[in-house]
Amino acid sequence: MKELLTDLDRWQRQDKAIAVARVVDLDGSGPRLPGAAMAVNEDGEVAGSVSGGCVEGAVVVEALEVIETGERRTVTFGYSDDEAFAVGLTCGGTIHLFIEPLDW
Amino acid sequence: MAGSLYPKLRDAIKGERPIALATVIEGPHLGSKMLVTPDEVDGSLGDEDLDRVVSRDVLGELAAGRTGIRRYGSQGQARADDVAVFIESFAPPPQMLIFGAVDFTAALARVSKFLGYRVTVCDARPMFATKQRFPFANEVVVDWPNRLLDEVGSSLAERDAIAVLTHDAKFDIPAITSALHTDVGYIGVMGSRRTHDDRTKRLIDAGVTNDELARLRSPIGLDIGGRTPEETAISIVAEIIALRTGREVPALTNTEGSIHR
Repeated sequence: MKELLTDLDRWQRQDKAIAVARVVDLDGSGPRLPGAAMAVNEDGEVAGSVSGGCVEGAVVVEALEVIETGERRTVTFGYSDDEAFAVGLTCGGTIHLFIEPLDW
Repeated sequence: MAGSLYPKLRDAIKGERPIALATVIEGPHLGSKMLVTPDEVDGSLGDEDLDRVVSRDVLGELAAGRTGIRRYGSQGQARADDVAVFIESFAPPPQMLIFGAVDFTAALARVSKFLGYRVTVCDARPMFATKQRFPFANEVVVDWPNRLLDEVGSSLAERDAIAVLTHDAKFDIPAITSALHTDVGYIGVMGSRRTHDDRTKRLIDAGVTNDELARLRSPIGLDIGGRTPEETAISIVAEIIALRTGREVPALTNTEGSIHR
């Protein structure tokens, strides 16, 4: 969260709607620990990261839906071996993200 | 829509004050939040009893610097799974105290800063202990290290570190004996094998026990063959990481022979 503060401040000053995705749980090996966070604003601008770059693209899509609907959600990303183009972690771990609007 | 909790969290993180955020991520009142500091609880998870139980747990997690999920009944009951709460601790940065204002100090200050430490450089010689020489230090103190430790030693804990880089017995001995009186997690002391042997004798003469000597990482750092101040700095912080994770790696403390081969 700490590394997001500068961008969050700027986006709030610009009155942008924002969603924040946080890693809340991890099974097996994963690149980032619980607490790793990423923020997306209504224009699709991104700050921070929640993996080694494996799932960030999909998180942007989820975050934009959260901004659109205002509904919080938990999203899980796992291993992506069986479907070559599916979104997932190549390291074999599973991460659980909680994504919510920055309305608090 | 802007709330009142995020600004408080942001200000505490920026001010390096300990704070934890608890968020309901499963169950009723999804997304409801509580901010907890050692002095104050803000917000609610939607149930008074749940708030009471969680705020107590959050304080414990914050003190340990832990982040993770805890599960409760809807009124805070243990061994129930109605509500999942994600507790995120924002502890202030760990401290790195570097004694001795030498070339190695500048490199270690920079690398420590990179790893998230709050860095203090301390040396009794005003000519060397300047902010200009150590731009990456949060603080440069002109004083004897043992006197600095009289002031701040009680705030040091397991995740903090002290690096004694003076390799001058006049400064080393009082600095090390003072450091051993703190709960700091890492005490590394620089010097050649010969300096180390001589210093060990002086420490024993000064009343340092074998158990206390065993706390010292001396000569400082991992045996990776580093030569430059920057490479030495990496070997020091790598040793700190390895001690935290409990990995077996070749440390100069446990090996023999010349440090620079």
